[in-house]
Amino acid sequence: MLKFIGKRLLQLIPTLFFVSVLIFSLQHLLPGDPALVMAGEENDPAVVEQIRKQYHLDQSIPLQYVYWVKGILSGDLGESMRIKEPVLKLILEKLPVTAQLACMAILVALTIGISAGVISAVKKNTVWDYAANVFALWGISTPNFWLGIMLIFLFSVKLGWLPASGFVPLREDWQASLASTVMPAFVLGNATAAILMRHTRSAMLQALESDYVRTARAKGLLERRIIIKHALRNALTPVITLGALEFGTLLSGAVLTEQIFTIPGFGKLIVDAVFNRDYAVVQGVVLVTATTFIVLNLLADIAYHLVNPRLRGMG
Amino acid sequence: MTHTALGAPPAGETAAESPAARAWRRLLRRKAAVAGLGVIALFVLAAIFAPLIAPYDPIVQSWTAVRQAPSPSHIFGTDDVGRDIFSRVIYGTRASLFAGVISVGLALSIGIPLGLIAGDRGGFIDALLSRITDAMLACPFIILAIALAAFLGPSLSNAMIAIGITTTPIFVRLTRGQVMAVKVEEYIEAARVVGNPRWRIALVHILPNVLPALLVQATLSIAAAIIAEAALSFLGLGQQPPLPSWGSMLNAAQRFLTNAPWMAVWPGLAIFLSVLSFNLLGDGLRDALDPHER
Repeated sequence: MLKFIGKRLLQLIPTLFFVSVLIFSLQHLLPGDPALVMAGEENDPAVVEQIRKQYHLDQSIPLQYVYWVKGILSGDLGESMRIKEPVLKLILEKLPVTAQLACMAILVALTIGISAGVISAVKKNTVWDYAANVFALWGISTPNFWLGIMLIFLFSVKLGWLPASGFVPLREDWQASLASTVMPAFVLGNATAAILMRHTRSAMLQALESDYVRTARAKGLLERRIIIKHALRNALTPVITLGALEFGTLLSGAVLTEQIFTIPGFGKLIVDAVFNRDYAVVQGVVLVTATTFIVLNLLADIAYHLVNPRLRGMG
Repeated sequence: MTHTALGAPPAGETAAESPAARAWRRLLRRKAAVAGLGVIALFVLAAIFAPLIAPYDPIVQSWTAVRQAPSPSHIFGTDDVGRDIFSRVIYGTRASLFAGVISVGLALSIGIPLGLIAGDRGGFIDALLSRITDAMLACPFIILAIALAAFLGPSLSNAMIAIGITTTPIFVRLTRGQVMAVKVEEYIEAARVVGNPRWRIALVHILPNVLPALLVQATLSIAAAIIAEAALSFLGLGQQPPLPSWGSMLNAAQRFLTNAPWMAVWPGLAIFLSVLSFNLLGDGLRDALDPHER
């Protein structure tokens, strides 16, 4: 097991290296002199010169990269041009907001996705199965920003049940916090629920046809017990691993969801940064999301190995 | 993965039938896929004949017709500056379909050659390309597209480039995997023994076997690209106003939900229908091209 973890950690190094190269190269996509573009409206030569110095733009590109990576490794993601604050500080401020939203969305996705998947597998080729498949197709095909707008129209404008926008931290007032995040969490979790439903369905169908389920049936166990204790338990492993891969989709979705519900999280940060030409912030957010995604994948992989006895002890 | 009712295996499956014709016949048996194909055809027609279909100019503003509810003269209503929403949805089809097809075309034209090289050559080139692919797939799709579009500058063509580049790694990985699976087959070995050059084996013998999987993925990727373009336009990074696009129409609609909700309904429905159709077609193609299914 330790050998496996060590091997996976080693594999991370090249991936992280290329992620950093990718994000670093973004600033070289800027048309013309990056220092001039970063300075924005201010054409003051002194400012441009200062930016050139600050970002080592007067050095060769490989050297610029080395400086940039050195900064990141010591926790310096650069400074926001607009707010004049360290990028890392801005990101850490927004992180809890997006984390709460993402956790609630995952909860929504797991609840809806797994139960719909189990029902459609158990009741294969019935109305329930078709309904669940239609739901999955709907979830995958609905742009979450449109769903968000429609839900705001229904629950905020028409019915007045939920606030249309804003965010209340959990610590301040948990009821208001839940009210402000329930709609965004559903919007965000919806697509993931659809994908989880499809994974659960196929894993369950496979499990229900397996020998151990036949044995359990032959023993005369209750069908409900067979489904939950025998089939679902085994079917869940691939579902959770594949589900972890959907975390990237969730982070992508968070950008638009936060924009629609004006939630001051990660997504709002990157969109605001894009419009203020605050490039260091854009790079910082991409770097942090990519790293989070990579680490979560690693954890899912390790968890998969831990749960699956057949893989235990394999390198 | 849609599970349309599968009929009994057809009697007319003859040996003379080409694989493409067989796949086409199998596809036509799937109602959901045919429906998807039909709706896509309608959207394509709407995009081509937009000037003939749209009753009004999609850009000209009319201050006498601001935020009118749907009526016989404006069947989808009008927007905040008096433009006919139906006409804008029709013209918006162009931006969405264009973005979907061109960005996926870009991804295919970069991804297939790189995947072929990685899968065929192996060794260092493969390791390098695979790590780069991993790195790109580690960045969440929309976030990477937003970052790319931000650095390239907001415009429809830059949005297409951004989406195309972000979609590329999927095709590199898919092509590579398929090539690895196919190249150990005996007929490839036979082609090699006969003395075919490497590039010829890759293009003539390996590529055709990889195409079905690529076709399915390309169809599903067009669906994802249409959503991505709408998302970028929604954020102001795609098609620039006043030119119509479904995403930017939704952005404008958000501010008038209380008194003009119809502004939000139609462009969203158009995105949903087009994405749904490509997803249905992709699922249908997957089933139709699956050699294990009859």
